[in-house]
Amino acid sequence: MELPRWNCCGTVHALAKDDVMHHLAPVRVLLRVEETVEAGLVDEPRVVTLCAMCYNTLKRANHLYRNDSDKRRVIESIMEKESRPYGGKAEVIHLLELLKELGWEKVAKRVEKPLEGLKIAPYYGCLLLRPRGFGVDDPEEPRIMENLLEALGAEVVDIPFKSRCCGAYHTVFMKEEAAELSYKILRQASEMGADVVALSCPLCMFNMADRQGLIGRLFRDFKGIPVLYFTQLMALAFGLEEEAHLDENNPDPRPLLRERGLWR
Amino acid sequence: MPLGSGETLRLSEKLKPFRERVKELSGEDVGLCYQCGACSSGCPLTDEMDLLPSTVMRMVQLGVEEVLNSKTIWICSSCFTCQVRCPRGIDVANVMEALRQLVLRRKYDRVSIDVLPPEELRELPQIALVSCQRKLTG
Repeated sequence: MELPRWNCCGTVHALAKDDVMHHLAPVRVLLRVEETVEAGLVDEPRVVTLCAMCYNTLKRANHLYRNDSDKRRVIESIMEKESRPYGGKAEVIHLLELLKELGWEKVAKRVEKPLEGLKIAPYYGCLLLRPRGFGVDDPEEPRIMENLLEALGAEVVDIPFKSRCCGAYHTVFMKEEAAELSYKILRQASEMGADVVALSCPLCMFNMADRQGLIGRLFRDFKGIPVLYFTQLMALAFGLEEEAHLDENNPDPRPLLRERGLWR
Repeated sequence: MPLGSGETLRLSEKLKPFRERVKELSGEDVGLCYQCGACSSGCPLTDEMDLLPSTVMRMVQLGVEEVLNSKTIWICSSCFTCQVRCPRGIDVANVMEALRQLVLRRKYDRVSIDVLPPEELRELPQIALVSCQRKLTG
């Protein structure tokens, strides 16, 4: 179920040691998770995220709240108008972790249209893996997205830039510099034979997909490559074509998928 | 003293407060850095920087406050590649954030979305605007 009364986590974890104020937004989300258990809506205080940035921000705020009693007291005092203080019981997991927990065999059993013949380069970016101690997998040699794509029947293309920064928020005021970072990742994926790139961060998605028009204007050799959220590939493999919402991707991945016999 | 001028610097009592302030704000013991350069070699944004991340670390060690004038601190995107690779266990991204905060807390904003043309603002997702404001404004 969707978390009732959720709010934006703030997108980035406040790194300065005296910056407590910016932890309020994620802690409020974590309190909502506990409240859903109290209301009898769910059994366990677990929250699943699909976004690398939410994952990082919620998980780090949770860790800080549980382990730093001074900051916890400050946060509690500012949140006095809430029904009660956050108890530190929420668990933050990424959907990839949940799938791993369910088991790749179980995921594979749900596949109705294996992504056979589709070469996919998984792209992790930064916050799904780093900083060390807060990622979904080993920060230097992750396998979790590869395991999922293999369960979906796809061929995995391992690119060295799979966890290199896409340019992140520099897309706002340094869009050409950010575009160059994304260009290098996408070009490497193409050169290594990938048909599409799979990822799990809305900001990476914007920089690596929606910015391809700009990338093409800056780098004349750039040919373009479809980029899909990993959940869209799951929907496709599970035979849920409408739920994949491929019409919302730019560039449009459908012509290539049609070529591979994976789209009507 | 100009940045990166190559002049010899020594840690004097006079320079200590800056180093301590950065240590306090970042939570990182910059004294641990032995200048191996792993942070600089793995950093994806050095092309845009005026000082390498390891040079920034050295200047903080020596208490050189002019490091706050460096472009580097605004270019770091907190991708944490340096945090994963530092053999001394230093989170360099925390140090960069502390340096940015020292400047931002002087009523300074690095950027202002007011200058963006409406058509650009419309195409940018919230996640880009919020993270940009969080990192580059006070």
